[in-house]
Amino acid sequence: MNSKILVILEQRENKIKKSSLETIEAAKLFASRLNYNFEALVIGNGIENLDILQNTGLSTLTEYKNSDLELYSPSAYKKIIVEHFNKLSGEIILFANTSFGKDLAPRIAASLKAGCITDCTNFDFSDGNIICSKPIFAGKAISELKVNSPLKVFTIRTNVFKIVPAECKLDIITEHFEAPDLTTKVIEINKQDSKLDVAEADIIISGGRGLKSPENFALVEKLAQAFGAAVGASRAVVDAGWRPHSEQVGQTGKTVSPSLYIACGISGAIQHLAGMSSSKYIVAINKDADAPIFSVADYGITGDVFEILPVLTEQINKLKQ
Amino acid sequence: MKIAVCINYVPDTASKIKLTDDNRIDENGLSYVINPFDEFAIEEALKTKEKFGGEIFAISAGNDAKKEGIKKALAMGVDNGILLKYDGYMDPFNIADNLAAQIKTLGSNIVFFGRQSVDYDNGITGLLTAELLNYNCISIVTKLDIQGNEVTAEREIEGGKEVVKSTLPIVITTQKGLNEPRYATLKGIMASKKKVIEEINITSVSNLVENVSYKLPKVKNPGRILGSDASAVNELVKLLRDEAKII
Ligand SMILES: Cc1cc2nc3c(=O)[nH]c(=O)nc-3n(C[C@H](O)[C@H](O)[C@H](O)COP(=O)(O)OP(=O)(O)OC[C@H]3O[C@@H](n4cnc5c(N)ncnc54)[C@H](O)[C@@H]3O)c2cc1C
Repeated sequence: MNSKILVILEQRENKIKKSSLETIEAAKLFASRLNYNFEALVIGNGIENLDILQNTGLSTLTEYKNSDLELYSPSAYKKIIVEHFNKLSGEIILFANTSFGKDLAPRIAASLKAGCITDCTNFDFSDGNIICSKPIFAGKAISELKVNSPLKVFTIRTNVFKIVPAECKLDIITEHFEAPDLTTKVIEINKQDSKLDVAEADIIISGGRGLKSPENFALVEKLAQAFGAAVGASRAVVDAGWRPHSEQVGQTGKTVSPSLYIACGISGAIQHLAGMSSSKYIVAINKDADAPIFSVADYGITGDVFEILPVLTEQINKLKQ
Repeated sequence: MKIAVCINYVPDTASKIKLTDDNRIDENGLSYVINPFDEFAIEEALKTKEKFGGEIFAISAGNDAKKEGIKKALAMGVDNGILLKYDGYMDPFNIADNLAAQIKTLGSNIVFFGRQSVDYDNGITGLLTAELLNYNCISIVTKLDIQGNEVTAEREIEGGKEVVKSTLPIVITTQKGLNEPRYATLKGIMASKKKVIEEINITSVSNLVENVSYKLPKVKNPGRILGSDASAVNELVKLLRDEAKII
């Protein structure tokens, strides 16, 4: 039976990303509720970590391979995916809501005249309808949406769907793809210094104006290192030039939902809260007991970051030894 | 050269969102601003004009209130404003369809959008419009260089930046970091008052995506304050290990 659901996996340096495994989980949910089959597609130049797809529940993967396709090319990727999907007579395409999925999903939706919903956090299946939940106003409200068109494209918020192993045999079909359309093409990636990005991290340690100076962010970085976490920032310190924009969390920065978010010297302005309040656990460290950040914190310490961060870092380091 | 910049006028990011009794977004008491990401689009349109000459058209789709956003763009230095007028709901596809038709009429081959509207957070209107126009598109752009027909841009990705090459005609969706939006000058504001915003009635085709209802997120119970100095750290670490199971 043809697969009605196609999951688009994302690779960076020919390695499939963890967020793609979460997208497979969303596909499993769709497949079980709609009684559809699903399969996956990846475009690259020889995927190196195909083993991470073993026992995910995925049984068919098509790998499109070409030396020009290791780096993303919207024009080429779009054509490959649309052609493949048409051959399947598929109905639903799923992406992770990453910079890749956000860029590609609407292009494909436009080609297919498919309704497109980005950043989905939940799906309900009732009376044959798929009702999709998506945070709007950066999480200050949730919109429940329905796609009316027969073809549908969704992007799935990262860190929402839990990866559940499922015993399964995986068939991989490799297609060497000739002469891709490289009208729009990535020619190189400039990596940022910090290894982990807030958008992908499971733990985030964020600092705000309470840190007083850019140098003092070393305290935040050390704690992040102890946890294996990413460093985040409030807009105030990004605008002040203390931290790069890529670290900004909030309504006009990145919306994040890690397992743990530690806010250090951040007041918790509504724009900041919007971007992080769906984190599973929130810790706030702030001198001011009335700071709004405490209204969303699971655990709070109403104290001085300069005193608390070094002690916390030391204890975490000890535990990890 | 005709440069288009597509803008939206949205509730201020400081707004608290409330729902009406029938679970719609309660618009009473909301104050509105130009979508913050669209300010980067306007600024980049102005810079592009400074470099190549030409004329800038700010286009907004929606009800009369969107005119206020267009006026702000005019005050920043945009030459012309167009309101694609309709009342009620249109999904992004519908909006993109109308924007694309207008851009085609204008014949502009450089089009700017903010990377996302901070109301409905779809982030797809610019990309859809580009596809419907058969234009190239680079999204979430933090650096842009146009030389003749050649376009080189940097776009923000997780953990870094992608350097992207493409050609005109193109849609660029703008991200913070691309530029510093200028403030409207008094002269700009005065001049903008004399400009006429062209109004074009548009009609909706059927929506591909439809809102069924709105909800507010679950309110968290207030958490525990563990203390006011470093002596609270022991308790915090214990909770993170035993309750949150994070360490
Ligand atoms: C259009 C728009 C969009 C915005 N988007 C965002 C966004 O995406 N993200 C975002 O973060 N903000 C955003 N903001 C800005 C937001 O309104 C706040 O200004 C910003 O979040 C404040 O940053 P902060 O908490 O670091 O600084 P402050 O509000 O100045 O807070 C500093 C905190 O540190 C505490 N403190 C000081 N010293 C210490 C100490 N020694 N130990 C412990 N605590 C200490 C203080 O009690 C205070 O609570 C936006 C604003 C606008 C207008």
